[in-house]
Amino acid sequence: MSFPWAKEYTPANGFTKWVDEKLPLPRFVYNAVGAGYPVPRNLNYMWNFGVLAGFCLVLQIVTGVVLAMHYAANAQVAFGTVEHIMRDVNWGWMLRYMHANGASFFFLVLYLHIFRGFFYSSYKAPREMIWLLGVVIFLLAMATAFMGYVLPWGQMSFWGAKVITGLFSAIPFVGEPIQIWLLGGFAPDNAALNRFFSLHFLLPFVIAGVVILHVWALHIPGSSNPTGVEVKSKSDTVPFHPYYTAKDGFGLGVFLIIYCVVVFFLPNMLGHPDNYIEANPLSTPAHIVPEWYFYPFYAILRAFTFDFILEAKLWGVLAMFSSILLWFLLPWLDRSPVRSGHYRPLFRTFFIILLVDMAVLFYCGGAPAEEPYVMISQIATAYYFLHFLVILPIVSSIEKPKPLPYSITEAVLGSDKKAVLGENTQPAT
Amino acid sequence: MIRILSALAGLVFAGVVLLAFVMGATTWLTEEPMHSADHEFHLDAHGPKGGYSFDGPVGKWDVAQLQRGLKVYSEVCAACHSLKFVAFRDLEEIGYSEAQVKAFAATKQVPGIDPNTGESTMRPGEPTDYFPSPFPNAVAAAAANNNAIPPDLSLMTKARHHGSNYVYSLLTGYTDPATFEKDGKRLMEEFPDFQTPPGLYFNPYFANLNLAMAPPLGVDGQVTYDDGTEATVSQMSADVAAFLTWTAEPKLVERKQTGFAVLVFLLFATVLAYFAKRQVWSSVKPKKA
Repeated sequence: MSFPWAKEYTPANGFTKWVDEKLPLPRFVYNAVGAGYPVPRNLNYMWNFGVLAGFCLVLQIVTGVVLAMHYAANAQVAFGTVEHIMRDVNWGWMLRYMHANGASFFFLVLYLHIFRGFFYSSYKAPREMIWLLGVVIFLLAMATAFMGYVLPWGQMSFWGAKVITGLFSAIPFVGEPIQIWLLGGFAPDNAALNRFFSLHFLLPFVIAGVVILHVWALHIPGSSNPTGVEVKSKSDTVPFHPYYTAKDGFGLGVFLIIYCVVVFFLPNMLGHPDNYIEANPLSTPAHIVPEWYFYPFYAILRAFTFDFILEAKLWGVLAMFSSILLWFLLPWLDRSPVRSGHYRPLFRTFFIILLVDMAVLFYCGGAPAEEPYVMISQIATAYYFLHFLVILPIVSSIEKPKPLPYSITEAVLGSDKKAVLGENTQPAT
Repeated sequence: MIRILSALAGLVFAGVVLLAFVMGATTWLTEEPMHSADHEFHLDAHGPKGGYSFDGPVGKWDVAQLQRGLKVYSEVCAACHSLKFVAFRDLEEIGYSEAQVKAFAATKQVPGIDPNTGESTMRPGEPTDYFPSPFPNAVAAAAANNNAIPPDLSLMTKARHHGSNYVYSLLTGYTDPATFEKDGKRLMEEFPDFQTPPGLYFNPYFANLNLAMAPPLGVDGQVTYDDGTEATVSQMSADVAAFLTWTAEPKLVERKQTGFAVLVFLLFATVLAYFAKRQVWSSVKPKKA
């Protein structure tokens, strides 16, 4: 779909005309991320993160494929092959630091992209499918990142794998057999490492597939925008190229600068020293923690410390999975007809509380499982569930939103009456 | 319907976790807070005076220091600790010539196979060999060291928090628990029952304060430096910490230098991208009044 005023692809010469007739791939790209895709003219920098997430995925696949040429998924030698990459492979150290920190930056970008969605209610009709596919991508990315962290076969790799697969043992009756089946043994070993590597190689391509669906679904209603008011006329939009390619280009530059500062000057800042110790099933690290991007969910997992009907561990596992799965329900929980948080004062207040709450969970997830961190994470966990499942639906039905602008054009220019439109109002074509 | 069920689920999760909170808070309020010597008397690692030459974004190796560190490792640490990810050929990176590396390697005995009989034997090292382990296997290492296996040192400075400083602090940090104090509090007054078990050595930089390694660098002049540097305990500790920083991250300096080139390029490209973006958008931005 597209707006009626979307520019149409016209082949420039005989060759592109010939290609367009046989396989209209250039036309497809032109309509997807070229001048043929009209986009609201008022997108702010929070709308940069979709493109950045796509960039991160490509970066991870490219660096990952090359790393896989030098790595061996065998518990005897895996740790040594990583050191071989760091020491003997040309630019191996750079590839590995780019890949390891690339995962962190991928999640940073994904989180900003998701929080953008929360604040501007990007999940609302008609964009529910984009949101649902986005949550699927996030879940796949979590699985991929977790398995990737196991591959260097350091202490945190091993014990992280043990703790996370141990979660399945919380399932009543069949839990333990499931855990053994998943690991291919009683504890993580060669069988587990090998299948994790296989899946770690496969899943990014599955993600790429779902990303295509995500972008396809996006192109049906078109991009949302900070006012939450749908596009009404041509003056509300600009063509994706050159306007947003230029803006995304600048955003990509800023992203790469921050990323490269970490890769080249602080490459181990986001990692854990214990992962430079080779996996040892006989020695448990003092604090087993996942990578930073899992901290909030790890805090939720550990917040359940009391057996109430069900075992505490099972509550923790259920809560951890539910805390993400509930995002699938957001389009139906938040029924306010107004999308943008800018026009929803009460929603906005609770959104800020949610951000603080997530920050607290993040902090507690990385802290040792001691008081007072456990108590703090319990309060924060309670708020997390109440926010999405109780507060959000109530807010959306009682809140009185502020008046919305008539159109995107009015929001940008202060007026959308054709009579007062002077120069600078029609996008250049 | 979806909202009623969700609200119920939300209330259940919140209720259960708040119940856990009440239980946890009760225990916390009624029980004595955790009080342990390794919690309260552990010291944070610090580096040698003046820091290391490789500190900071423009830091470089001090090649003479790395060579001194190699000597300390070879004469002291290598008696118990392996360095299995470092090959003799790597020593060319710290200022040795090919001939020097060959000669150094030949002084070390590495496991080999007798070409006539096929039996295991020891032979002089080649530049392509890796530093040999002082023990044939972990069991032998444990048996020779009071059941504590001396860890491999190749990655030590990356495998501990504040690694280079940690190695320096640990080597210089052995002290007597009887007189040890931190922030004006004496260990023996706060924890009268504290004692270092036999066979262990007190070191406040070690996680649980008692360490299986006897003080390896005890006296000044333990190693005789070829370059005439005075071999104080602090000097030897700093040198070997620097050497182990190199073994853990041999590409450290190359990495930072590459980083500068990359950042200069990115800054330039980003500034261009910014002006390109402004140029493109100038026709649709509302004019400022």
